[in-house]
Amino acid sequence: MSQIDAAAPKLKLTLSRDVTDVAYRLLAVALICVTLSLVSDAFLTANNLLNVLRQASLVFFMASGLTLVILTGKIDLSIGATVGLSACVAATMIKSTGSPWLGAAAAIGVGSIVGLGNGLMVTKLRIPSFIATYGMLWVAQGATYYYMSGQSVYGFPAGFRALGSGYLLGIPIPIYLMVAFLAIGYFFTKRTTYGQQIYAIGANTVAARLSGIPVNSRLNLVFVLSGAMAGLASLIYLARLNSAEGDIGETLTLPTIAAVVIGGTSLFGGVGSLFGTFIGGLILTLILNGMNLLNLNANWQPLVTGLIVLLAVWLDMKTRSKTDSN
Amino acid sequence: MVDVATMAPRKAEGDASAPLLELRGICKTFPGVRALDDVSFPIWPGEIHMLCGENGAGKSSLMKVLCGAYVADEGELFHHGEKVEIKSTLDARKFGIAVIFQEFSLVPYLSVAQNIYLGREFPGKIPGTIDRQKIRSEARRVLGMIGSDIDIDAPVHTLGVAQQQIVEIAKALSQNARILVMDEPTSALSDTETEHLFGMMRRLKAAGVAIVYISHRMAEVFLLGDRITILRDGKKVATVLPDETTPGDLVQKMVGRKVDAIHRRGANIKAGEVALDVKGLTGPSGISDIHLNVRAGEIVGLCGLVGSGRTEVARAIFGADRVTAGEVTFFAKRFTGGPDEATRRGVALIPESRKAQGLALIRSVGDNIVVAALDRLFPSHVFHPGKASKVAQAMIKKLRISTPSARRAVQVLSGGNQQKVVIGKWLTADARLFIFDEPTRGIDVGAKAEIFALMYDLVENGAAILMISSELSEIVNVCDRAYVMREGIIAGELSRERLNEENILQLGMHHE
Repeated sequence: MSQIDAAAPKLKLTLSRDVTDVAYRLLAVALICVTLSLVSDAFLTANNLLNVLRQASLVFFMASGLTLVILTGKIDLSIGATVGLSACVAATMIKSTGSPWLGAAAAIGVGSIVGLGNGLMVTKLRIPSFIATYGMLWVAQGATYYYMSGQSVYGFPAGFRALGSGYLLGIPIPIYLMVAFLAIGYFFTKRTTYGQQIYAIGANTVAARLSGIPVNSRLNLVFVLSGAMAGLASLIYLARLNSAEGDIGETLTLPTIAAVVIGGTSLFGGVGSLFGTFIGGLILTLILNGMNLLNLNANWQPLVTGLIVLLAVWLDMKTRSKTDSN
Repeated sequence: MVDVATMAPRKAEGDASAPLLELRGICKTFPGVRALDDVSFPIWPGEIHMLCGENGAGKSSLMKVLCGAYVADEGELFHHGEKVEIKSTLDARKFGIAVIFQEFSLVPYLSVAQNIYLGREFPGKIPGTIDRQKIRSEARRVLGMIGSDIDIDAPVHTLGVAQQQIVEIAKALSQNARILVMDEPTSALSDTETEHLFGMMRRLKAAGVAIVYISHRMAEVFLLGDRITILRDGKKVATVLPDETTPGDLVQKMVGRKVDAIHRRGANIKAGEVALDVKGLTGPSGISDIHLNVRAGEIVGLCGLVGSGRTEVARAIFGADRVTAGEVTFFAKRFTGGPDEATRRGVALIPESRKAQGLALIRSVGDNIVVAALDRLFPSHVFHPGKASKVAQAMIKKLRISTPSARRAVQVLSGGNQQKVVIGKWLTADARLFIFDEPTRGIDVGAKAEIFALMYDLVENGAAILMISSELSEIVNVCDRAYVMREGIIAGELSRERLNEENILQLGMHHE
């Protein structure tokens, strides 16, 4: 191959890598939708599609904060446990005071504190984030069990439940929230200096520090935001379930990571976007929805999720090595 | 002078009819650099062969050719008079060549005996098992050969540097090494440990082992060497006998008379306010009591051998490493913060390792150019891609960075252009004091001249520069004065009049 041949396609791909990453994923969404509408009559109904988006919104709230952490090259394994603790504290708060607002403040406050704990362990104690947040997973989980002592709290005011199951103009309220947070998140990551610094830290932490970026305070920030978003997600979860038990967040962490990874955010940091994460969550939800519609055994779901994650990462590596190798 | 390169050494033990290994016309070229150029010399059994030269003279490349890490482009190797090829580390081992690098290749949590026979464990009676007793007894035997009484069951991480080095030597001998190549083995040893090592080397020599010894310490070179080979710019300058030369003569040969393309600045320097003042800086990275200053309009060199603490001084000044004593003043204001504070004060660090520390390789040229100036360009914290792109475009044009677009990933650029991106980053951040750590490493000659032109431009406009370089000719030609470091301290300051390569080497080398 001549030099010119080798250089030309490389240049094109490099220039539009972000765009192509998202384009591939939108194509995947379209393919899944077409396939599902062909095999199931129930798929292409307004009810089902809104249901899919509502499910995807829950994934998105947790995954958006996690995306920020992963963009810096770190990881937060305590998301599910944070959702659980925040939900339980908020639930008892709402029951005892009757105020959804106090409950909301408690959930987001608890989430932020857990996130700050993660951040300080990583920045001050220099514990690798994988271990720090893994430890936090057990601490938050244990605190939740202790706090609930086997009880469950249920029956919240209708005003609060609307947050999870209400409709506005025929569209579920969580979807509005998701669109709002997608917009805020996009602005934060792409249009603030903080967002730029987060990408810079993930791309090369040492270089970022030596370029004058206050790396530790930015890392603390993303961990706090991750915890706060988990707190927010817990509220919507709580409002939808209308009850809280000690094990409420237990199974949520790994699907959340799956959404981020399917969305094209690199676990090595510096590459990815919140919009990608939104699509990643959507793909995950669509596949699960399709399996439900086709009455496939629910026991297949983890296996299918795993295969999609592997496929997504493999495809990313293939397209990226094409742009990076020569 | 008689060319002793082809002579058999005095006091040669064993069969001296043919050298253990002979190099003939070894060449190795990297893009833009001729690392080794027609290097020939024999290595005789039972000799200690000193290898001397400045940083970048080709010692490391030669070592890597010998151990099979590099394959020579041209030239021949003769083992006991027979032509051989060393294409891998396995080949090198086959011909009895072992290299003791400064960075040891030991597994910290395995025992001494396990490390010596790592990957070559003796099989036990039951297939798939290991005969631990035999490993221990063999390890004891090998260590006995060099007169060492290290506990063979001690995990290696519990040993000091000197003992770890002995384990490395024992490992080499256990593989029947006949040629030991040692890279500055005494650099981390105390005086007694050094004595001990020398005793061990004499014992090995008596047993007919050849030792190729790389050293920057004059005293060692003359104390131990049977012959001394000097390299400069990848070429062999001479092989001499220690009796027939002097340290001054050796330095002269190492430096040579170089023709350089770097244009020396005019003598009328207008030094302005003190941009950097360092007093008594001491830190756990091994630097102690550093005093230096740089004025606006000056380019001040910081030189010394690799490992003398130059980079550590730069990092400590920039707030990247912890310091335990001393003070740093930027533009007459005391500084105690980290790199973020240094950046705000108008200080720039252009690090030694561009790729690992200077750039986010996967990000675009534009992203890298604005990254240190985000707070300055966007005080409200709202980032405008259009404005960032405009600033980046202007810098690309100003520094003539060769890239098809500001959006291109910086990793595809050449070394020289990458370095310009790093400089552009700090120009965008409005830096006024620049600390350059090896600014021309891995950059071709043309780009070097451009980098220096940029530096001259900076000081003309009132910036101050502290420049670290291993290329002495660069220091001499570019700097207005220079500090020379040796083992973590400032060994001396050379004014413009006294700034030449001989004086730098005199101050930087060890004369104990």
